[in-house]
Amino acid sequence: MKGMTLIVKKTAQLISGLIFLYGIYVIIHGHLTPGGGFAGGVILAGAFILQILASGSDFMKLTKEELGSTMYENLAILIAVFLSLSGLLFGAKVFFINWLPKGTPGELVSAGVMPLYNIFIGIEVAASILTIFLALVIFKEEISE
Amino acid sequence: MNPLIPLFVAIPLAGAFLIMILGRFIRNLNKYLASLILLFLVVVSFWSLFTTGNSVSVYKVGGWEAVNSVPIGIYMVLDGFTAIILCIINLIGFLSVIYSISYIARYTSENYFYSLFCLMMAGMNGVVLSGDIFNIFVFLEISAISSYALVAFGVEKNELEATFKYQVLGGIATFLILMGIALIYWETKTLNIADIRNVFSTGYDRKYYLLVQILLLSGFGLKAAIIPFHAWLPDAHSSAPSPISAMLSGVLIKAVGIYVIIRLFFNMFAISEGMAILITSLGSLSMVIGVFLAVSQWDIKRLLAYHSISQMGYVILSVGIGMILISRGIRTEIAALAIAGGIFHLINHAAFKGLLFLNAGAIEYSIGTRNLQEMGGLSKTMPATSATSLVASLSISGIPPFNGFFSKLIIIVAAILAKFYFLALLAVIVSIITLASFMKFQRYAFFNKADDDNSRTIKEVPFPMLFSMIVLGIICLLLSILVFPGIREIILTPATDILMDPSKYASQITGI
Amino acid sequence: MIPYYLCFILFLVGLYGVITRRNLVKIAISLSIMEFSVFLILALIGFREGGVAPIVDPSDPVKIYVDPLPQAMVLTAIVIGLATTAMLMAVIIRIYRKYGTFDIREIKNLRG
Repeated sequence: MKGMTLIVKKTAQLISGLIFLYGIYVIIHGHLTPGGGFAGGVILAGAFILQILASGSDFMKLTKEELGSTMYENLAILIAVFLSLSGLLFGAKVFFINWLPKGTPGELVSAGVMPLYNIFIGIEVAASILTIFLALVIFKEEISE
Repeated sequence: MNPLIPLFVAIPLAGAFLIMILGRFIRNLNKYLASLILLFLVVVSFWSLFTTGNSVSVYKVGGWEAVNSVPIGIYMVLDGFTAIILCIINLIGFLSVIYSISYIARYTSENYFYSLFCLMMAGMNGVVLSGDIFNIFVFLEISAISSYALVAFGVEKNELEATFKYQVLGGIATFLILMGIALIYWETKTLNIADIRNVFSTGYDRKYYLLVQILLLSGFGLKAAIIPFHAWLPDAHSSAPSPISAMLSGVLIKAVGIYVIIRLFFNMFAISEGMAILITSLGSLSMVIGVFLAVSQWDIKRLLAYHSISQMGYVILSVGIGMILISRGIRTEIAALAIAGGIFHLINHAAFKGLLFLNAGAIEYSIGTRNLQEMGGLSKTMPATSATSLVASLSISGIPPFNGFFSKLIIIVAAILAKFYFLALLAVIVSIITLASFMKFQRYAFFNKADDDNSRTIKEVPFPMLFSMIVLGIICLLLSILVFPGIREIILTPATDILMDPSKYASQITGI
Repeated sequence: MIPYYLCFILFLVGLYGVITRRNLVKIAISLSIMEFSVFLILALIGFREGGVAPIVDPSDPVKIYVDPLPQAMVLTAIVIGLATTAMLMAVIIRIYRKYGTFDIREIKNLRG
């Protein structure tokens, strides 16, 4: 797909870095402020999609990108499922229990396993939305060739 | 707390994503990993069927105990009725995966097939195991979205149109169910099924109760394909690949449709007579209209799909008779007989309808057409397929000593004992018309003279497909022993006990 | 009571759109309208008079919070709705390629 003009490309390069940082902020502070895994993941995917839309990309690079994002998505959710199964081994031996030590409420490093869940779900949601976008774009490229 | 209960959901979920990653590097791993996962699930579900008995195991996810005897966590509940449905889901799923080892080799991208199949199994296991209504909704959606993708697997024109109709009607069903859940939460401030029962037993507003029941019955009726919500079923079940048709028609409409209707209307709502009469009339309409639409079909899988509607009508009819008798408060032993007959027919239908769809897939694999007028004389060239399809056709028509006869007998006897003579007469007439329809299927497909094309070499299907069909045929014969009193006590009676006595369900979960 | 009735009317508007529109994409958009009306009614149910957002502030003592459980339900349901809409859109694109039209009256291969 063709890219856009020079002004849009430069602005997108500046802004998508800030959007990426904001997405990581929403994910990591998921146990203190509203947001968490889902919302932060969508914002994170927005940064990548903005870059692809503004600068355009040819077909081969998009296919390689899709392979990478599918791998990230599957790996992240596998780690999330193994984290929840690990509650069966440590702690009180119940599925899905919160077994890491919980610190004082209000700190960044507290609340047991929840920040870890937020991070992996955030990566997974970002990768899956990127995969959906890339799959639709690649299909459009295929039928217009 | 039984630690095996969350494994029913977690193992297929992890397995689905593991297949996606490892299947890219190692060839042929996806088939064996999927078969291994489903074999493990079959073993665990049969073990829990024989050890559950009359007890109700409750698993509190995350270890959140009840506060002031009000449940605050997510509960997963395994009782007698759940154990039966778990066995059906996992056994038919395992046999479908074995069948699809050679059937799906003709499609591309097999990785996605096995991964989506494991996700669908995880969703269905979650629906039957969950103890609160919002969890039912979430797992229902997981299995529904996987089945939308699986119906459209080979992307041809017919399959895409069928999955579009399925998706739109499934989407309407989802939002009706979510609206019903929102209205229940508004009144009772809790999401646990046992706790909602306790709140409703103290008193409720009549019009609100009727609105919630109608919304939930419409939503789950769309998922279970009762008349008048059946419009998606013939297209979706006939266009899907054959192992997926067997799963959809044999398991999915039961696990997420009929099971949830029975569970909510017996254990959560107090049964009123108007609702019971409505459910019974919907069941009898399904029975009659389904079989009349099925007789004139020439496409094998469309014929079988319409018969699914009719047989589900039998189950809803007998459950409705049980509900009418309980709501009037008389003759409760006949109500127990009717409900036991309905559950027995549910088990039998999974076995013989799954076998019929696998047979239709085997015919399509060898010949390449699904039209009954273009085939003939297959009993000489495909002996195993012909024998198993004869077993399945006799089962569904209700011929002794196969399993369909015993379950239909129990339903008709229960209807006569409860003095609903007209419904019993309808059941007998529908059974005779079913027999006629399947005699047509047998004659045109197998026992006709092959008029042309001896040049086409028609062989028997490969071994994995034969294995599944023969095992299901043997199960069809073996299931008729469930009617004997000794074995019935172990398997069917715990299910009917937990449904007939809802205060027992609620008290064992919340401890009140 | 007025907001609850309005949400229900929005649900019926969406249902009308699914039944009567001919274009495939308009059917998908009407399904989304139905979905959003259910989210609205779920979020409205949790309201308490004089309540604040349910975030615990260690410096301020006991206040009245609005109910956080419907908000968690709406978050989950939004993600499910996203997956359903994405799946529907993918099928619509493939139908356009096979049939060549977006009109639902032309797509009637399966009859009877």
